[in-house]
Amino acid sequence: MKMIKTGLMLATLLVLGACEGTGIFGNGGNVGAGQSPGRAIEESSLEYFATEIGDRVLFAVNEATIGDEAKRILDAQVAWLNKYPERTIVIEGHADEQGTREYNLALGARRAAAVRNYMVSAGLLETRLSIISYGKERPLEVCSSEICWSKNRRAVTVVAGGMGNV
Amino acid sequence: MNQINYVITAVFVLLAGMAGAQERPTIEIDISGGVIEPMPVAVPDFVAETNGARRLSGDIASVVMADLANTGLFREIPGTAYIAGVTNFNAQPVFSDWSVVNVQALVTGAVSTGNDGQLVVKFRLFDVFAQQQIGEGVQYTGTQDNWRRMAHKVADTIYTRITGESGYFDSRVVFVSETGSKNDRKKRLAVMDYDGANLQYLTDDSSIVLAPRFASNGRDVIYTSYESGLPQVFLLNMESGRRTQLLEDATNMATAPRFSPDGTKVVMSIIEGSNTDIYAVDLSTRQRTRLTNSSGIDTTPSYSPDGSQIVFASDRGGSQQLYVMSANGGEARRISAGGGSYGTPVWSPRGDMIAFTKIRAGRFHIGVMRVDGSRENLLTASFIDEAPTWSPNGRVLMFFRETAGANGAPQIYSVDLTGRNLKRVDTPSFASDPDWSGVLR
Repeated sequence: MKMIKTGLMLATLLVLGACEGTGIFGNGGNVGAGQSPGRAIEESSLEYFATEIGDRVLFAVNEATIGDEAKRILDAQVAWLNKYPERTIVIEGHADEQGTREYNLALGARRAAAVRNYMVSAGLLETRLSIISYGKERPLEVCSSEICWSKNRRAVTVVAGGMGNV
Repeated sequence: MNQINYVITAVFVLLAGMAGAQERPTIEIDISGGVIEPMPVAVPDFVAETNGARRLSGDIASVVMADLANTGLFREIPGTAYIAGVTNFNAQPVFSDWSVVNVQALVTGAVSTGNDGQLVVKFRLFDVFAQQQIGEGVQYTGTQDNWRRMAHKVADTIYTRITGESGYFDSRVVFVSETGSKNDRKKRLAVMDYDGANLQYLTDDSSIVLAPRFASNGRDVIYTSYESGLPQVFLLNMESGRRTQLLEDATNMATAPRFSPDGTKVVMSIIEGSNTDIYAVDLSTRQRTRLTNSSGIDTTPSYSPDGSQIVFASDRGGSQQLYVMSANGGEARRISAGGGSYGTPVWSPRGDMIAFTKIRAGRFHIGVMRVDGSRENLLTASFIDEAPTWSPNGRVLMFFRETAGANGAPQIYSVDLTGRNLKRVDTPSFASDPDWSGVLR
């Protein structure tokens, strides 16, 4: 119980960070880890997409529902993609370790498809995106508690195509 | 790989000079009952009847002993306790030498090599207290590099004579071998004897692979791989090493394949966005037939041994539960009734039970139930216990257990149908997704 409470508090902090416009959900990845403060990031770059817009959205346990926070991130992703129309994306769906491998593979696909459907309804051309699921095969965080699981239940927008993959 | 091809011939020989051989065992173990006191057994080194057989005489006895002890039904009386070994296979054992150290079942054997390089293994089984031979002596002939299989055949015969159940030691397990850290796991397919010996890798570790399953011929394996980008179903022939994608033109993700018992079809899941349904694919035409049509996730299908029905997991009703339908699709009836969610159902080779993974209150269990969902029995509990597979005789299950935390990793375990005798199967690296073959031919 104590573990779960801590997890919730940290999740709250993450959301607060997101509201300040700097620490959005997406900056938990590897990209931008070594950047110096104050350095301007080229808006067209993958680094900008990952750190300033946020390249991932998170899900509740066994859910594939796009929440309000996720909608804000996906709206920003769609706006960026509309600005750089030569870019294509792959949406990777992932699950935490609390399910069987095969079920989580389908659950990850359900999450990736939910993101795809949202982005298409927000005006992104369906031909510019594809989806893949990794189930619980590719965890980002390795601890076995909610603080890690909440970050692993994700759909990550991986940008490819055009601009020489800056 | 060629091992599977070699035929080991068994001859029931009337080995002369043994008076009073019993067809019906005088000692027996009822393995379906309650708590069992393991039967004390001795397997002294087999008698080497030729010089060429000398190096194997102890090894064969060790494998026979390990097979029997592994079941939890037999207790090894170690060689250090023996009054004397066996030096003449054809002489009547001195029963008092064995009864004094509490041996109840005595296995004697002989091994010889022929001019053609063939290995001949013979054995007899004795009830020490009744001072009688149980059944006839049996002789196996095979190539020398098949000595382990011949030892397993000896142990299978002994197991059958004492328990009345068919044996399972001469069998193999295909699985996923895993290395690396939890967030950078490398996976590859591997196959080994049921006891972990003779491990061979079937793929490299460049792509994620999942859930390999044997065909009933023991030579073909079907599995999921990311090697072409999206997860797809692949066929692998273990003899030729040839690998083919089942559906060449597939644009959707596919997963969770299993062969039909007659080997003519594959049942599997195709993932179309948020919807996952079960399909049967004809192996000769590669034509696919849709079997389920729910908007939920329908996955991990498994045929009944007669091929007439399919059990699968679905979250169509909310949480993931087990359902049974005709092998041709159509209406499915839910069989799981307890709390929690259920996955990875596997029909038993006897046809009367379903093994499954159950997740409840943050714990994973391996469990079994009757085909109608009654008499659910959870055999294990841990952080993650997942993906059971049945021994060829339906008395033992293997599955994988994954430990929690940053250094968490999977290993293969076996457990009796009764929930007793939980044991780790020895593998050189992490291991998961086991599938147990039938008894080799």
